[in-house]
Amino acid sequence: MAMRIVTSAADLLGAEALVEVSSAHIDGCLHHGDGGVEFAEALAAGGGQVAVPTTLNVGALDLLHPEVVRADAHKVDMARRQMEAYVAMGAEPTFTCAPYQVGHEPGLGEQVAWGESNAIAFVNSVLGARTERYGDFLDACCALTGRAPLYGLHVEANRAATIVVDVTAVPDDLKYRDEFYPVLGTWLGLQVGEEIPVINGLPSSTTRDQLKALGAAAASSGSVALFHVVGVTPEAPSVEAAIGLGGELQPDSPPGWGSQQMPRIPATIVLDSVSVQGALQRLSTAVGSDRIDAVALGSPHFSMGEFQTLHRCVRGRTLGVPFFVCTARDTLADIESAGIAQELRTAGVEIVADTCVVVTPILPAQAGVLMTNSGKFAHYGPSNTGYDVLYGSLEDCVESAITGKVVRSDEVWSW
Amino acid sequence: MESSISEIRGRPLIPGEGRGPLLRLTHPISFWGGVEPTRGRIVDPRHPEFDFSIAGTVLALPAAVGSSSSSAIMLELLREGTAPAAILMGKADAILALGAVVGREIGYDPIPILEIAPDRLERLPDGAHVSVHLDGRVTVE
Repeated sequence: MAMRIVTSAADLLGAEALVEVSSAHIDGCLHHGDGGVEFAEALAAGGGQVAVPTTLNVGALDLLHPEVVRADAHKVDMARRQMEAYVAMGAEPTFTCAPYQVGHEPGLGEQVAWGESNAIAFVNSVLGARTERYGDFLDACCALTGRAPLYGLHVEANRAATIVVDVTAVPDDLKYRDEFYPVLGTWLGLQVGEEIPVINGLPSSTTRDQLKALGAAAASSGSVALFHVVGVTPEAPSVEAAIGLGGELQPDSPPGWGSQQMPRIPATIVLDSVSVQGALQRLSTAVGSDRIDAVALGSPHFSMGEFQTLHRCVRGRTLGVPFFVCTARDTLADIESAGIAQELRTAGVEIVADTCVVVTPILPAQAGVLMTNSGKFAHYGPSNTGYDVLYGSLEDCVESAITGKVVRSDEVWSW
Repeated sequence: MESSISEIRGRPLIPGEGRGPLLRLTHPISFWGGVEPTRGRIVDPRHPEFDFSIAGTVLALPAAVGSSSSSAIMLELLREGTAPAAILMGKADAILALGAVVGREIGYDPIPILEIAPDRLERLPDGAHVSVHLDGRVTVE
């Protein structure tokens, strides 16, 4: 059945061949309805076992702390069965949207089949492995067969940058701040459509967490599955290299020779102050509110480094509003053994594993204003949770949560 | 725009037969977040056809957008019996069709999905009852 679905998908996509993949990330654990459970259990009942190392995305439950999710008994039962069916097929129970933070890092050029939009953007862009945009069902079938349709971003020539994004005008002070990256990503997703951007002008010290936030926001406001950053991501040592990916130009060819393969000269778009302000405003729907009712961090799932920053901000203090941080169970285990988790809980942080607050009911039922430092939470929060959202830095989220009164350092955004 | 016609031909992505009233969406839709599967209703308040039921219609889509989780919503629509009777897409999309492929594999009643160029799709008269045939023909009753 899995192979029939992979070959049907290849036909639908017009792919003429399949490619062997070396890992898979399945975004099929989230309960949308009982059909997804019946599919997973049909694969498992047929003896399905993953053919390659496979990680699992979030489910609709925190299996470690089931009481945090408010759902009826039928939904809880089905959500659990769906998560367990994939584990029975040999997938690792990672239940995270950031498998790249828990030891699963495919190498440059490796062919993989990953689902979940932020994970796709990260593995393609930051790690330089090659995946198409896999979604429910197909990612699981690729995991079981170890094959994927040879199509799209699996093919090097389709990974070449098709639009240049110039961010050199942004002041360095802003570019070194974490809160810049979700805003950049939001703007990027809205601007580039189906194009593949190469961003020029970010610091070579841009961190993985910053790139993670950039990709997740760009894949929420738009459908970015691959971006290049000059001097930072592995396929972009230069703008020209990113544009020329997969090209067959010979450096010693006579002028005009091989012009059929000449990459077209891409257009350039420039990030200016007005665009930054526009994207920033788009991330907040609770305009004018001076109070918040809850904070949510961790989309994509919080990393060890982000927990350490949060720990520095909240240790010894008391948060005055519900404060949720979503992460992987593996990262949770790491912060437990580092002694951070207990101090965070004492301050009032609720740590959610295996799932996240925009895919399943965890936030207090009485909706209000939700503050977040995540571009993805800011994007999906209003429609999925009923909360209005307010975007701010991690530090602003903490300061606001202490008293419930909004604190935002707005001056960093103007130049 | 050219005048309405009584028969057009599309490319079957999922071959099959189905008939029902034509529902033409005037704006692309993401099934995930946009369609509620137990009732088969459009629930995205920003969509022009908000609150329309797609169940049992021949659904004409200029294009689908958004989340690949729309495959999962397609599967749930088939399971709940709230799916359209057929889908006519302006541009082939592996996401909705994949949900239909999976539905067929696990024994839900299948529906046909056809790719038909948008300019031809436009020529189907609004509100007509149409039939989709195994060979990819779409006829107005």
